[in-house]
Amino acid sequence: MSSHAFTHLDALESEAIHIMREVAAECANPVLLFSGGKDSIVLLRLAEKAFRPGRFPFPLMHIDTEHNFPEVIAFRDRRVNELGERLIVRSMEDSIKKGRVMLRSENQSRNAFQSVTLLDAIAEFKFDACIGGARRDEEKARAKERIFSFRDEFGQWDPKNQRPELWDIYNTRTHPGENIRVFPISNWTELDVWEYIAREKLEVPQIYFAHTRDVIRRAAGLLPVSQLVQPQAGEKIEHITVRFRTVGDMSCTCPVESNAASIDEIIAETAMTRITERGATRMDDQTSEASMELRKKEGYF
Amino acid sequence: MSIIEKISFDQAGLLRFITAGSVDDGKSTLIGRLLHDSKSIFEDQLTSISNTTRKRGMAGVDLSLLTDGLQAEREQGITIDVAYRYFATPKRKFIIADTPGHEQYTRNMVTGASTANLAIILIDARKGVLTQSRRHAYLASLVGIPHLVVAVNKMDLVDYSQSVFEKICQDFATFAEKLKLRNITYIPMSALNGDMVVERGDHLNWYQGSTLMNLLESVSIEDDINREDFRFPVQWVCRPQTKELHDFRGYMGRIESGSIRVGDDVTLLPSGLTSRIKEILVYEGAVDEASAPQSVTLTIDDHIDISRGDMLVKAGDSPQVIKAFDAMLCWLSEQPLDPSRKYLIKQSTRMVKAVIGRIDYRVDVNTMNHETVNTLKMNDIAHIELKVQAPLVCDDYERNRATGCFIVIDESSNNTVAAGMIAAARE
Repeated sequence: MSSHAFTHLDALESEAIHIMREVAAECANPVLLFSGGKDSIVLLRLAEKAFRPGRFPFPLMHIDTEHNFPEVIAFRDRRVNELGERLIVRSMEDSIKKGRVMLRSENQSRNAFQSVTLLDAIAEFKFDACIGGARRDEEKARAKERIFSFRDEFGQWDPKNQRPELWDIYNTRTHPGENIRVFPISNWTELDVWEYIAREKLEVPQIYFAHTRDVIRRAAGLLPVSQLVQPQAGEKIEHITVRFRTVGDMSCTCPVESNAASIDEIIAETAMTRITERGATRMDDQTSEASMELRKKEGYF
Repeated sequence: MSIIEKISFDQAGLLRFITAGSVDDGKSTLIGRLLHDSKSIFEDQLTSISNTTRKRGMAGVDLSLLTDGLQAEREQGITIDVAYRYFATPKRKFIIADTPGHEQYTRNMVTGASTANLAIILIDARKGVLTQSRRHAYLASLVGIPHLVVAVNKMDLVDYSQSVFEKICQDFATFAEKLKLRNITYIPMSALNGDMVVERGDHLNWYQGSTLMNLLESVSIEDDINREDFRFPVQWVCRPQTKELHDFRGYMGRIESGSIRVGDDVTLLPSGLTSRIKEILVYEGAVDEASAPQSVTLTIDDHIDISRGDMLVKAGDSPQVIKAFDAMLCWLSEQPLDPSRKYLIKQSTRMVKAVIGRIDYRVDVNTMNHETVNTLKMNDIAHIELKVQAPLVCDDYERNRATGCFIVIDESSNNTVAAGMIAAARE
């Protein structure tokens, strides 16, 4: 008989499974947000652990900025196929066509506008709960967010008026029109996510691994050159080895210089890193000290 | 084939703790020290908080800004709510619930404490055991935090005096005895200089015990969960109804306490029907045995009607199935208790209507005196009697935290208005 200690990953996993089952049991019409990024990849495995041999008691949904990395979209579709679950895609292009989103320029970052498309989709399908992969270690505003986080009819988060969350008893009651965002991996860190991906042998999109890419240096970060991002006067294209720590809108998701070519190397690098995940990779979080908090108040994940 | 594997919970890899004390006691400095010395503060966070410190016209780096999350808080320089911080050492991962210490303290501390394995109560060595230290100790005992550390901080300001430390330990122990607090460890330290936090330092050689970090890494949390009574509230019933799994019925949930083996006789509550465990399933396959706090799927030998809200327990080891009970209640809402109204109670996976039968007394958290009151306001703690519309399946909180706790929900606002701990069943 072998013996092993109940690890921190075992504890976090059991907590997340418990949360997902509570959502399934108590919410009338939940949905799981799946982007093809590492956090939502972990959510899918947790959903398998929570509900197999049954089917997921909710569909998956991706809010597509259409500025996504093509390999991530290909990965997303492949993974959904393997699972045999239903994926809903709602694109920001639809919101732009309907005049619900007005961009100042075609190449502008679309991250902030995802809220509009998300809120439209919530209204279209009458979802009362959206399960998302946000973590409290990502950002200061997230550190104070509940696992079950309530949004009013306008999708707004009121940080000063959150329900107290005690033990592991979750109050899931909503008024009509209100919506809950549920974060089963709230207590996970970036390192936990990678250790779990390694333990569960989960596949992730190739852009998480070191590869050579054309980038330019802008502000404090690197930006990947694409049809959306072209060098401005004084900027030059460099061809260097990088990887992405997050995947999102191509116009504002920055790679980091890295040689980590395997999950184990990513874990080693993450354990050693001195810069937070969003600090290194998201230009849109750096516009002001409270930018995440402001976007969340407007309905962002 | 089932996987035969023994899981050990003694050195479980995740420890949750809270820090109780005001900024003046050096709480933020202590958290900053733990994060800093375990290399858990990132450079961009340090840059951001030193920018903010400068903007406010102060010098140096104010580590308390690390836990000030929201814009409103940063503008006003106060902390509104519980913030969660994470750090890890090669031995364990830690979650700190950082609870601010102003007038809403009771509510925040109870919230943070509800999931904690351990509480650190900070005492300023110059001031000794104060009213607020007694309040923190009382709340820790009320919520049943299994391990307590009394951190006698600012030892550098009392010349690292052993006699000062020992006097404070004695004062605290006298008080703790009344509260039936066990597992108390006393550590002298200087969070500012780093003595006895992560490193031992050079000033406290008379102290033979472990450093704070050493204790956090090694304290056994196996018995923080009740290991005797198997309690399995059913969260979700899995019925795939596919061709291959046409008759499959899996009962999904998390083992809240105790453990279970294939072949064990079980009772379903509240109905009292009995059956036997056929399989214990996890995603990877079938296992012979499972223990709290694992999330599993159970199948049983007989075809009996089981739904969410029911609880499976071992035959011969039943919890209480009751419709009236005493409880300690902590009122959390700005809206006071209206004793004439019905409220909702959520306990494990059951939601029932309830009325407060009587408020026996309110506890003054500073003096522990009992007071007679007609209603409860935010931060009040009281001994009450509750009556519920349908029976609850529960244990006394003191015996089993997981099945003895509940929340109270206001049906019209949907807010969580109180937290409760079941004290004793009433006939």
